This record gives sequence, C-alpha cells and structure tokens, in this order.
Amino acid sequence: MTLSPDEWTAIRLSLLVATVAMIASLPFGLAIAMALARRDFWGKALVNGILHLPLVMPPVVTGYLLLLTFGRKGPIGAFLDEHFGIVFSFRWTGAALACAVMGFPLMVRAIRLSAEAVDTKLEAAAGTLGASPFWVFLTVTLPLIVPGIIAGMILSFARSMGEFGATITFVSNIPGETQTLPSAIYTLTQVPGGDAGALRLTAISIVISMAALLLSEFLARRAGRGLHVAT
Amino acid sequence: MIEVSAFQKFGDFTLDASFAAEGRFIALFGHSGSGKTTLLNVVAGLLRPERGRVVIDGATLFDADRRIFLPPYQRQLGAVFQEGRLFPHLSVRQNLLYGAWFARLSGKDAKLARVADLLGIEPLLSRYPNRLSGGEKQRVAIGRAILASPKILLMDEPLASLDDPRKQEIMPYLERLRDEARIPIIYVSHSVAEVARLSDTLVILAGGKVRAAGPTIELMQRLDLLPVVDGGETGAVIDAVVMSHDDAYGLTALASRAGQWKVPRLDAAPGKRVRMQIKARDVMIALRQPDGMSALNVIPAVVAEIGPLDAPSVEIKLDCGGEALVARLTRYSVERLSLRTGTPVFAIVKSVSFDRSALGVAWLKSTDGGCRDRSTIAKAPRSSSKRK
Repeated sequence: MTLSPDEWTAIRLSLLVATVAMIASLPFGLAIAMALARRDFWGKALVNGILHLPLVMPPVVTGYLLLLTFGRKGPIGAFLDEHFGIVFSFRWTGAALACAVMGFPLMVRAIRLSAEAVDTKLEAAAGTLGASPFWVFLTVTLPLIVPGIIAGMILSFARSMGEFGATITFVSNIPGETQTLPSAIYTLTQVPGGDAGALRLTAISIVISMAALLLSEFLARRAGRGLHVAT
Repeated sequence: MIEVSAFQKFGDFTLDASFAAEGRFIALFGHSGSGKTTLLNVVAGLLRPERGRVVIDGATLFDADRRIFLPPYQRQLGAVFQEGRLFPHLSVRQNLLYGAWFARLSGKDAKLARVADLLGIEPLLSRYPNRLSGGEKQRVAIGRAILASPKILLMDEPLASLDDPRKQEIMPYLERLRDEARIPIIYVSHSVAEVARLSDTLVILAGGKVRAAGPTIELMQRLDLLPVVDGGETGAVIDAVVMSHDDAYGLTALASRAGQWKVPRLDAAPGKRVRMQIKARDVMIALRQPDGMSALNVIPAVVAEIGPLDAPSVEIKLDCGGEALVARLTRYSVERLSLRTGTPVFAIVKSVSFDRSALGVAWLKSTDGGCRDRSTIAKAPRSSSKRK
C-alpha cells in the first residue's frame, strides 16, 4: 500500500493538529477540572454547561461560532492578530483550535472524575505536615490524578483525529494547511476514482485510533502500578 | 502550657469547649459525637471556629479576637489520623521524609534512622503503603509526624482502627514516644484503657463541652465522672514500682502506697515505674481479711465515698493508704455489708484480671535519665476528699 504525497501531508497534518490541540488545552483543562472538582463558585453550573456545549451542539455550529469570534474580523481573532500576530482563520492553528474546543469537554471530564476520586483527607494530611496548597497539589494531588490526565489527553487526541465538522466550517479544507485526515477522506469520496485513496486513508485512520487507545490503556496501567494502589 | 478554646455551631451540635493544661500528654476523651475530634481539628487548623484561641507553649496559632489564624502548614504540627492517611504513591521512606522536607531539616537521614529504630520500621522503608499491615501503617504515620519536627503532636484515635494485638503492638511505641520526644501530645480517644495508660492530663468531653479536665489519676477516681467515662472499662489508675519477678509462676511483684501487688510477669526491670489501671468491676470487697482464697491481691482499705444508690450497681471509692481504688458492686452487696463512709474493708483483685492493656510503662522512669520529671502531676495531692 503506497500513499501519495498529498495523503502523507494529510496524515502528518492530522497528527500535528491533534497533538498541538491536546497539549495546548491541557493546562486549561487541568485548571477547569480542578476548579469544578474542588471549588464552589458562583455560576459553576453555567461554566459546566458551556463547557459541555461542544459535545451536544452540531459541530458545524461550533465551527461557525469559532469563525465569528476567532475569525480575522471576529473580536478575539482581530485582537490576537493585531497584538500578537496570531491568526487562526484558514490556518492549521485554526484547525488545532477547533479540535481543542471539541475535545475539551472530554478532557475536563476525565480529569475531573479522577480529581474527585482523590481523598481530600490525604491533602489535609499533607497540609499538617507543612506543605502549602501549591506543594500539596504538586506532590499529592497531581501524582494521584495522573491516570485521569492521561485518559483526558488521549480522549482529546482521539477526538481531534476524528474532528471534521467544526474544522471544515472554521478553517475550510485547504490541502497542506487545513486538510486533516477526515477532510481528505471526505474530499476523496467526492471525486471520481478517489475510492482507493479514501480506503487507504480510512485504514490509516483506524490504525492511528487503535494505537491511541492501546497507548492509553498501557499508560493508565503503568500509572496505576506506579501508584501502588491496592487492588 | 497548652490553651485551647473554641466555639462553633454546626446545625444542632454546638462545640463550646476550652481547656488549659500543663501536661505533656493530654488525652481528649469522650464518646463519638462528643466533639473531641472537632476540637483536635481546631488545634490542627483544619477547622476555623467562630470564636476561640489556640496557644501552644507561648505560640498563638489562632486567636479569633486578634484575627490570627495560621493555616495548618504554618503551625509546625505533626498529626496522626485514625486511618493513617499515608500517601499511596510514595514509599515508606518518602512518606516518612515528606514533612521533614518541608521543615527543611538538616541531618534528615540520621533522624530518619533514629525514628525508624524507635518505631521498629527499618525493614519497611522501601515498601509502599499498600503492602503494610494496619499496625505498620500507623507506626509509619507516627514516624512521619515526628519527622516533621513538630512543636506539638496531634493524634486522632491512632489505634481505633486496629484489632487488639495490633494495639498492643503499638502501645509500647507510644509510651516510648511520650517519654523520649520532648514535645507535647494531644491524643484523642474513646478508649479508657489507652487514656489511663498513656495520659498525664485528661480532658473529658461530652456534648461539645468540657465536662472535666485535670490530672488523669485524679479524674479516673471521681465517681461523679464514671457515667460520663464508660460502662465496664473504668477504674482507678495507680503508679507503682517493680519490686521483683517470680519466674517460676510468671508473676511480678509491684509496690505502691496501697501495698504490694502481684500481677502477670511484666517486661520491666526492678525499680522501673509502671502504671496500672484496675477496672472497677474487677475489685471485690470483704469486711474481714479472707483466708483460703485464690486471689493474690488483698489490700487493706477504707471506704472513702459511695456513689449514687439509684442504680443496681454502685461505685465505691476506697482509700488504700493515700491511693484510691474504685470498686463496682451491686447495691444489694453494699447494703448486705452495710458499707458506710469510713468502713474498714479489704479490696481484693485477682492477678489475672490485669490484662496486658491495663499495664504500661509509667511516666516516671527511675532507671534512665534524660527524661523530664513529670512527678508534679502524678503525685498531685488526693484532693477528692476536699472536693466533696
């Protein structure tokens, strides 16, 4: 099975977009998950609702909203372009942003669940031993939620690999710039004689998804063993 | 000097307790729901009450009026909890050094070695908490608290989750800790045996309030406190000295002001001070010196006080040469023997009723030096007659 250069480009781009989306959303995901798991604040239900919107809205709607806010003429997009030279629209960075937004609820949910499972009494014990809240988080909470963080990252990555609707709405389908695997497959199915290419990319897509799943299983098991939690 | 006071409402429970103690091993005693753990959490800084004060040896940790509240991590505590609360992702060694690291200790390894030796946990250092037994976990938790080089050690029922053999396994370590670590200890417990054996000062809590506070030996003889303390486990506490051992019969002879005692063989050298708790239900009373009797401890005494006669069982306080014993009899027996205050009697205690949990190494040690003399409390005058 040989792949055309265009197909390779789509695969590389997809991996890049998914990886960047996963890593860039991690700090935000961790912060919001911890806030939702541990703190009570005004408007918590609202934050939680907005966070889950990308899961329940049609991806096209999410993409269109991104276009309105992060597009060149959108309020945030214009600001970022003017002050930092960061442009999202019709760039691979925009694809990464769309993927990050779509995967965000999954990541937050996984981290939040594992944070809620951590016994806060352990954190209190660390406090009585002289650890400030910052050190308690770093030395007790964080190591104990590593499995949740790994699960959240893998979910975000897998969601990004499959993301289509929001991406194509927000940054279109430009080969070499925004054409990720799903977009490439979609394009190939729209042209005569593209079936073989679509099938090849489909196979690749399945392989990557499976690999991500297996990797997450492996890492979670290793982290679990590292925790020496009694089973 | 330890001063604690706290006022806080929780729904239909109100904590309104205060005590001040010079003691170095203070037991907060009470039934579940009496507020003892809540009060300990106030000392730890895990709870900030509406009103109150916490002052430990001159350092103010909390003062509601002056708006002082140090968070737990600035209080230089060591805390041991009922469930151990070891960090599951850290080895025993890492757990032990956790607090030491934040205390920025120098010579950590030497201190670690000493504490591991004191608690008998050297063989466990490289293990993880899930591979430890309950008793081992608690010993590691105690070591972790000591290694934080605290100004005060707080223990919240450290033995409650353990079975009896495990309790007996840890008790000697707590006694060594009490005698060798020069820091005050506040110990929460609902076990009369632990409190009687370990503490020099007792704070009895009931319904969120301090019912009584003072030297353990004095409070353990007060008949008016018996209903608060417990049903079957109460009894006077006596400090005695080991006289000799009788290996042929597995007995040890002890001397106290009350007289000579024969108890099951103790692992303590002659001259060593030991503390024993004699449960009220194990003490019999005879009007004449009995003969042809199996019980080995027959102590001449005078009835000092008779408890309320409104229940089927009655507590009698006996004065045995300046030392107090408490006996629990049926009201029928009290009337049959026509016991009155001042009646001369003999107190009879079977040697086998001293189980291991009732006997411990006492505060005052005549054999090894370096330990501060705490005799002021143990030798406090018998003020019971004055009080009533």
